[in-house]
Amino acid sequence: MKNYETIILNNLEISPGYWRMRILAPGFAAAAAPGQFVMLRPEQALPTMLRRPFGIFRTGCLPPECAGLPPREYMEILYKIVGQGTKIMSELHAGDRVELLGPLGRGFAINDTDCAKLLVGGGIGLVPLFLLAEELIRRGHRVRLLMGGRTRDDILAVTEFERLGVETYVSTDDGSLGEEGFVTRVLERKLAKYPCAEVYACGPMPMLAAVEAICGECNVPLQVSLESHMACGVGACLGCVVKGTGHSDQRPNYLCTCKEGPVFSADQLDWGRVVNPGGGCLEGGCR
Amino acid sequence: MSVKRPNLAVNIAGIQLRNPVMPASGTFGYGEEYAAFFDLKRLGAIITKGLSLNAKAGNPMPRIAETTSGMLNAIGLQNVGIDAFVAKKAPYYRGLDTPVIANFFGNTLDEYGEVARRLADVPEVTGLELNISCPNVKQGGIVFGTDPRAAAEVVSLVRKQNDKPLIVKLSPNVTDITVIARAVEEAGADAISCINTLTGMAIDIRTRKPKIANRTGGLSGPAIRPVAVRMVHQVVQAVKVPVIGIGGIMTASDALEFLIAGARAVQVGTANFVDPTAMLSIIDGIESFLVEEGLEDVNQVIGSLTT
Repeated sequence: MKNYETIILNNLEISPGYWRMRILAPGFAAAAAPGQFVMLRPEQALPTMLRRPFGIFRTGCLPPECAGLPPREYMEILYKIVGQGTKIMSELHAGDRVELLGPLGRGFAINDTDCAKLLVGGGIGLVPLFLLAEELIRRGHRVRLLMGGRTRDDILAVTEFERLGVETYVSTDDGSLGEEGFVTRVLERKLAKYPCAEVYACGPMPMLAAVEAICGECNVPLQVSLESHMACGVGACLGCVVKGTGHSDQRPNYLCTCKEGPVFSADQLDWGRVVNPGGGCLEGGCR
Repeated sequence: MSVKRPNLAVNIAGIQLRNPVMPASGTFGYGEEYAAFFDLKRLGAIITKGLSLNAKAGNPMPRIAETTSGMLNAIGLQNVGIDAFVAKKAPYYRGLDTPVIANFFGNTLDEYGEVARRLADVPEVTGLELNISCPNVKQGGIVFGTDPRAAAEVVSLVRKQNDKPLIVKLSPNVTDITVIARAVEEAGADAISCINTLTGMAIDIRTRKPKIANRTGGLSGPAIRPVAVRMVHQVVQAVKVPVIGIGGIMTASDALEFLIAGARAVQVGTANFVDPTAMLSIIDGIESFLVEEGLEDVNQVIGSLTT
């Protein structure tokens, strides 16, 4: 983990409301594990602007600008404009300075079992799954990505996964791209087909809760990557906690999303009164 | 010929600090969270997250929200509890060579006394910061921090339980901070730190809900700095014990405002979140200022306000 003062290489709108920022980050690729994140702020922002957490989408190298110079190593984030901070970020250009802290947090645990590897992404929740897919494929696994969104605008970077060799299944709530309906329906179908599976998911909380219910019922191991507001990103401010298993006021078990996460094994978390919005009816069953 | 570096060391109630910069409680964890970024030996002191008799869960989420030039927080004093601190966290400070000041609070007068007692024989803890000013929990001390008589009572009780240098952290959410400052000084405080956060509120206009679950939170960051400088100035006039200035310090010049107003040292809070190495820039910036001004000692700056 390093505190970079660096520059933006490019910053482009890739779908309405969704942006992709490439940042110069020497030495980053070797340090970044799938599922980790960074804390980022523009240098020219108001001096108080807190850094914002962003999952690491991918890392890579550009050829040197001149022969003899070292190649330029970069990291990329995808982000959605949700408030003032991300709005300011979307107005930045190549060459603008940013402060980048990372890679941070605990990423995905990768098990080299023969079980099917199912990646479930909802909207911008796709972000941490790319490095994971890359690593799984590097280790010789076959990877399937189930990607859901409200509309076609929320389906991002699927072709990049396909280029890695990932089998992709797209679903949208309105049917504007891929299959119509929730991504959880596709998950139920896949779990019926591959009873021996491991699921890795990132997306909005209702989606994660539904995925957890399905995986729980099918007794399939699940890792989830969570999102939270954060101030520090290193476990000091305690502003990003999530309830862990067995949490109560008397025996608190708050986990820091930044430090003990952002990736958790589903059984580490207190899912509370989790309902299965899909109705819990598994097509084909999976016992 | 090398230029002689100015002296940055200050003394607070017998605690010798190599420079006047330390983190504000609750913004630096227990210290080890930031050891990855810099050598903790560079700091004047370390101040721990607020400690209570029993482990405390803290408030429900969401707990933080950014506001213009600041942030609201209502963490709710989540901490591991005094015994876990002594057993698991304190050993980390051995051999650190930086004074460690334990910030603590109680739900009741008795709890304040008991925590102070349990900290009395912890060799890794150099001094105490008594929190009578957390605005985010009903029992978090604010009751003691807004009434001069209650404040004096808790200070004298703690004084009886523990001989270590005692700093009392004051709330700005009072009509006249100097009344409380004088009360805790008379009751035996060795130093005063101020200010804690200002109670504030922010609302999400779409959901109609408060942006933090506790409804109100403590406002920190540069938004509160002028208020903090004013209050530190007032407290410095009102008491003889050293004062530690806190409130929205982001840069060396911010810190110098407090020192000129008469604070013997400063605490840096929100800035640690924005930049984990902010305190180092502040320390270096104070030193550069002294060199530019041709001063040999930071103590020449302290209280140098001219009006």
